[in-house]
Amino acid sequence: MTLPDRSGHFGIFGGRYVPETLVRALEELVRSYQRLRRDRRFRSELKQLLETYAGRPTPLYEAENLTRHFGRARIFLKREDLCHTGAHKINNTLGQGLLAKRLGKTRIIAETGAGQHGVATATAARVFGLECVIYMGEEDIRRQALNVYKMKLLGATVVPVHSGSRTLKDATNEAIRDWVTHVETTHYLLGSVVGPHPYPMMVRDFQSVIGKETFRQFKPASRSRSLPGYLVACVGGGSNAIGFFYPFLKKRGVKLFGVEAAGKGLASGRHSASLTRGSVGILHGMKSYLLQNREGQVELAHSISAGLDYPSVGPEHAFLKESGRVRYVTVTDREALWGFRLLTETEGIMPALEPAHALGFLKHLMPKTRTRESVVVCISGRGDKDIDVVKKFIR
Amino acid sequence: MSSKNLSANRLVQRIEEARKSRRKLFCAFLTLGFPSVPATEKLIEGFAARGVDVIELGFPFSDPMADGPTIQFSSEAALRRGVRLQDAFRIVRNLRKKGVQIPIVLFSYLNPVYHAGIERLPRQLKEAGFDGLIIPDCPPEEDPKLWQACERAGIAPVFFVAPTTRPERARKIFARSRGFLYYVSVRGVTGARHGLPHDLKKNLRSLIRTSRKPVLVGFGVSTPDQVRQISRFGAGVIVGSALVNQIRRSSGGLAPVFRLVESLVRPLRK
Repeated sequence: MTLPDRSGHFGIFGGRYVPETLVRALEELVRSYQRLRRDRRFRSELKQLLETYAGRPTPLYEAENLTRHFGRARIFLKREDLCHTGAHKINNTLGQGLLAKRLGKTRIIAETGAGQHGVATATAARVFGLECVIYMGEEDIRRQALNVYKMKLLGATVVPVHSGSRTLKDATNEAIRDWVTHVETTHYLLGSVVGPHPYPMMVRDFQSVIGKETFRQFKPASRSRSLPGYLVACVGGGSNAIGFFYPFLKKRGVKLFGVEAAGKGLASGRHSASLTRGSVGILHGMKSYLLQNREGQVELAHSISAGLDYPSVGPEHAFLKESGRVRYVTVTDREALWGFRLLTETEGIMPALEPAHALGFLKHLMPKTRTRESVVVCISGRGDKDIDVVKKFIR
Repeated sequence: MSSKNLSANRLVQRIEEARKSRRKLFCAFLTLGFPSVPATEKLIEGFAARGVDVIELGFPFSDPMADGPTIQFSSEAALRRGVRLQDAFRIVRNLRKKGVQIPIVLFSYLNPVYHAGIERLPRQLKEAGFDGLIIPDCPPEEDPKLWQACERAGIAPVFFVAPTTRPERARKIFARSRGFLYYVSVRGVTGARHGLPHDLKKNLRSLIRTSRKPVLVGFGVSTPDQVRQISRFGAGVIVGSALVNQIRRSSGGLAPVFRLVESLVRPLRK
């Protein structure tokens, strides 16, 4: 059976927990999306954009120096860092931007934490000629000044959010409030596989181009006849991981690892490991795992990587955790910095701090692998945006 | 639902009385613990004595996505003071002991409710003396177990209809609602607004024709004039942010809040 079911559930997870005002817009979105995903013109237009604008397909690169470093399985990198705007986010914003245009919407809004999704949304808005408003927590605006400037150059209005913790989760609340108010003219361009149905499904589908390409590229790249033994990706909301894993879910021989941010350590309470340490709850229109206190109030997430700094996670990940198909592990800030440094020094590739978590996990994974096996790591974005943070820790 | 469970429900009774006497209903929203838990208790008592028909007691949530700046502010302030669901049970129990009979409905986002236990919470609410439950981020089709538990416990679920709700969906929501139906007057979040949406009267009239249940209008209602206008075509009004704003301005003093509530109830009592 393919998931989600008709009502947008992945087992007990997912669903559509939204104010009544939004129900109609979400129902219409489900219908339009179901129609467009089969529409030949829509598909070829999107394919064209992904190839000629975003730079797809991205390469699958065999990291021989990194492989030698561990002396175990061969390591391959799926290079989403080479996408236009520097991360996988553009796969989704082009897809949803085209959808918004087809729906006759004139305005798109989005939430952003680190600013990567904000930049990718503002970029798509230019491509499709749409008005663009980005909600961003006051605290994040301060931390990510460069991306704020980029969004403004791209013609987007960046609205600071002063409520709650002034970070991504509050920016998401504010984007939902805007959508409730302007639902007829506006498309909410959600940036991850979170939120109410159909977003977790739709964003997964747009991101699954990552996994589909990997599937196609792996045999020629490895000159072998089998699939990789292991896939590793970082998980915040979880869009790059789902997109990467999705085409492999039915291939039981491929072991899948989702890496959450353990921040300053799981015991410190300052982390973003919602699957590993959270419990089931409802936030932003979905039922999933959530960092929360005993009274059901949402707790703050922490990670050195702003893109993983989210107190919940996509409902399909929650489902895949329960089913056991994907193993979710954690990597601390410190281990992620180690991963950043390792890839920079061995391969001359500076990863963003999000995929640096996936690389940090190699320290634990590689000793258990064999030389005849292969590991593919999704490098979801490039590290330029994080240089200031890295500078504080690595001298 | 078995009407048996709800026959002793204060909310259902109050609505039945209002229907018979053609009385318009005034529902007041308060954030639990804003400015403090004892103040909330006093406010409810004072509102009951001033002709308010229903209290919607808001249990604060860290991420209130259907609320505007006023309720966000009061929720954050209450949470900083460490308000808990137990406080809601305690003050309602106190009020009932003192003989305050005003119907009280709990308003909360789903997560705190889910955390308290969707099977358990409705029973606890009933035992404490609550009459209904409103959850803005849980449409009737999600978590049917919660709504079933409400019906078993004799707690009336109240659902929303918005200007964007299709007529056939509105009919289904009507059928599932107990007590009253909450009509969201605007496309937007809670908060005081000037004037009323131009299509409110038309939307409301066509909605009222589809059911006999009373429709109360909320979101953006803040002045006696708006109350007067809405009462011409709706069964009553829900006022929240205007009251919470006044509580915030009068920093602890309750008299100005009572004066405001009197001025808002008055247009309904002529």
